[in-house]
Amino acid sequence: MSAKWMSVAEVKQQIKESSAEEVTAGYLETIEKSKINGYVTVSGRALEKAKKIDSEGHEGPLSGVPIAIKDNISVKGLPNSCGSRMLENYVPPFNAHVIEKLIEAGAVILGKTNMDEFAMGSSTESSYFGPALNPWDLERVPGGSSGGSAAVVAAGEAPFALGSDTGGSVRCPAAFCGVVGLKPTYGAVSRYGAVAYANSLEQIGPLANNVSDIAVLMDVIAGHDARDSTSVPEAKPDYQAALKDDIKGLKIGVPAEYFGEGINPEVGKAVWDAIHRCEDLGASWEEVSMPHTKYALASYYIIAMSEASSNLARFDGTRYGFRKEAENWHALISKTRAEGFGDEVKRRILIGTYALSAGYHDKYYLKALKVRTLVKQDFEKALSKVDVLMAPTMPNPAFKLGEKIEDPLALYLSDVNTVPINLAGVPSISVPCGFTKGLPVGLQIIGKPFDEPTLLRTAYTFEQNTDYHSKRPPEVV
Amino acid sequence: MVYENPDGVMIGLEIHIQLNKLKSKMFCGCSTDYHDAEPNTHTCPVCLGLPGALPVLNREVVKAAIKVGLALEGEIAEETQFHRKNYFYPDLPRGFQTTQYDYPIVSKGKVVIEGEDGEHEVGIWRAHMEDDPGRLVHIGSIAKSKGVMINYNRSGMPLIETVTAPDMRSPKEARRFLDKFRNILEYLGVFDGNLEGAMRMDANVSIGGGTRVEIKNISSHKGVEKALLYEIMRQKNVIRRGGEIVQETRHFDEARGVTMSMRTKEEAEDYRYFREPDLVPMRVSDWIPEIRKTLPELPDAKRARFMEQYGIADMHAKALTSSILLADFYEGVCEKSADPKTAATWAADVLLGELNYRDLVVASYDGVTLGCINDKDHEIVNSFKVDDMVELIALFTDGKISDKSAVEVIRTLLDSEEEKAPTQIVEEKGLFKAEDDLVTKAVSEAITENEAAVQDYLGGAEKSLNFLVGQVMKKTKGTADAKTARELLVKKLKG
Repeated sequence: MSAKWMSVAEVKQQIKESSAEEVTAGYLETIEKSKINGYVTVSGRALEKAKKIDSEGHEGPLSGVPIAIKDNISVKGLPNSCGSRMLENYVPPFNAHVIEKLIEAGAVILGKTNMDEFAMGSSTESSYFGPALNPWDLERVPGGSSGGSAAVVAAGEAPFALGSDTGGSVRCPAAFCGVVGLKPTYGAVSRYGAVAYANSLEQIGPLANNVSDIAVLMDVIAGHDARDSTSVPEAKPDYQAALKDDIKGLKIGVPAEYFGEGINPEVGKAVWDAIHRCEDLGASWEEVSMPHTKYALASYYIIAMSEASSNLARFDGTRYGFRKEAENWHALISKTRAEGFGDEVKRRILIGTYALSAGYHDKYYLKALKVRTLVKQDFEKALSKVDVLMAPTMPNPAFKLGEKIEDPLALYLSDVNTVPINLAGVPSISVPCGFTKGLPVGLQIIGKPFDEPTLLRTAYTFEQNTDYHSKRPPEVV
Repeated sequence: MVYENPDGVMIGLEIHIQLNKLKSKMFCGCSTDYHDAEPNTHTCPVCLGLPGALPVLNREVVKAAIKVGLALEGEIAEETQFHRKNYFYPDLPRGFQTTQYDYPIVSKGKVVIEGEDGEHEVGIWRAHMEDDPGRLVHIGSIAKSKGVMINYNRSGMPLIETVTAPDMRSPKEARRFLDKFRNILEYLGVFDGNLEGAMRMDANVSIGGGTRVEIKNISSHKGVEKALLYEIMRQKNVIRRGGEIVQETRHFDEARGVTMSMRTKEEAEDYRYFREPDLVPMRVSDWIPEIRKTLPELPDAKRARFMEQYGIADMHAKALTSSILLADFYEGVCEKSADPKTAATWAADVLLGELNYRDLVVASYDGVTLGCINDKDHEIVNSFKVDDMVELIALFTDGKISDKSAVEVIRTLLDSEEEKAPTQIVEEKGLFKAEDDLVTKAVSEAITENEAAVQDYLGGAEKSLNFLVGQVMKKTKGTADAKTARELLVKKLKG
């Protein structure tokens, strides 16, 4: 049996009718034939875990349901390479908080998915293990950095997946691969066990074929964790309860700044069509102004790279991971990092180091923090008048492999609509809202802090009244 | 008298103390009790800096830091803020140290020391929290080592770094400050200064308002004094020869007693400080009244109370309060003994003197026994019981033994392998004070047997009397009271 594009509800039904083992075996079979390089590691224990659930029984929201995990989230006993030579052979001795929650819920981990090295990129091309491919067009990138997670969900190689989003790394590949991806509010999901790229910006987030499955995953992974000081202690909402086909009276804000000159007209049109569709469903829209948007990208990259330069300092070949032997420890650290990291990672470490250095700290890092505050205020102001904001997730559909990898600046510019959300810490979901030349377009719905329920309700209503989410990529069918 | 400070010496200190009395490390649940443990057994993903592990601030560390701040009469910050100090070193598992930067938990404190010219106030600029790295263990000597091993048991230990104003005017004042500072911290119960690596110091010094030189990583109070003496002499020589003092960091070679240049200002590292995003500020302003209530009596207050309550001399009160353990021991003795003044003499003068003579320091007190360690092996090598001191004082005040015998009992208690009570020692050594007629007899004998000395004394040679007293002591095997013997001799000879 080949398992493809089942919702979690369907997977559960299938398990009831056959077994968890058969369902997992079906996915493993699909993965075996994969053309998209979505997985870096396929777990050798998945089938065993599924069998155990069959034989011992398990009462959980995800008993026997398979899932794919981005390769920067620690799963005890599986390599956690972060798409890097540096951690190619690093096997964490502990589970991330979200993994503990998934195991508790009965999920079966299929494997670890391909990603841009240390989550730095929007195309998955900076992976040490080669790029993941877009199931809609194998010559195109799946987006990034959680490109593997989005691609395997789009290709039917997993019902859903976890990614991480520092500046759009869940939403960008979701948009490029035509799946749903949520970046939760900063603090909603524990980061414990997720390898940090830029810790003040990132959250672990779910990717799935439909909005309901996003809610199912959020109900499992969200909530307070004492091991992450930035995880909020407040009780988490009931995400699945928010799945109502009703947006009557919903106020939508449309920030003109997100429809600027770099936006592909067909992408812009698809998003406007979506907004008008919501209007038909009883919502209203108005333009809102977010004047500091144009500074967000620069601010984001300075903050992210500065934090990265410090976060990645621990990879020195001393304790774990790649090591290049040398005559003394200075040389050992230097050579290990020179050979263990790829170009994009080195570029970001260098720029981040520079931005934090004495004499430049105030000019770059401190200024970026000030801009961050202004961007945050833009959101507070806009979201005081409306319930959600709508905008294109990405300015363009998926680009070709190699098209931008030699031009880092062009690649950075493609994050223009996703990074302000991380600076502000607000939640945002990308849902399929159309196609251009056979490639999916993503609608980004942005909400108030911890108001994921409204986001999910809006996305769910849109999904129930459109059929973009049920389209399947021709390349892998 | 006012101290002139002829060379215009200004000394400031930076002191790292490890909060080794707390149960767990600064950002994880690992135990701080690692000193006797196998290497790398007190570690976890957090203190090893494994990817994905996150720090959680231990509240007890913050409470201890506030306690220190209150004891130093400083201002306490309203909330905690942490920064990353970025640098590479193999013992630093995350490539940065988590420390406080522009908003330390304590600022503007002070410590009053006994200065060159009486009471002298040393300002505390700040005290902040930070975590300790692991420890490098070289195979063989550092210079010839074939390799290095890293022990991360220490990684993540909570530290408090205290920075003083440059208010000390001599190496002696610096040492007195350190003694006092350590004593205050030990009173607070957050720190045991005898444990390895518990206290590390940097000193900076300038003369005549000139350039400041920093001496890094000195491990003992004595070392700080020696390093500063050397450094002041070196700076004076440089100036005398017409040279200039360069701003630099120097290393103190404890064995040779000299300081050597490590790096100059141009080579100073850039630590790229920035706020630690993984830690959120912890509001602490509400905690302060509660913590203030838990503050113990501090050394100066205890010293004053001892003088008042027990009627003892300032010198004794100072010595007894120089260690919280000794102070508690003394009060333990006073509770059971009728004579606190005698107890002070025997504890402060004799016992402490005998410990110093043996290079022992007080390291523990459990309400019954005072435990002492030597500098080398940090293990309890000697002990002294409250009850033994009480018994000894009773023997002495009842006139059953001489002061000389009492000293001998203390020495025997310290040196003997066997456990013996003072009375038993007195009996076995025949130290009971001689009966008066025995002394009188010995005096008569001494006079008849030493005609020449008697004549010399009567002829005005006072020294000869000492000889005669010695003869009496000899005849009574030391059990006579020397003062009594002298009085009896004078009475008999001069009528």
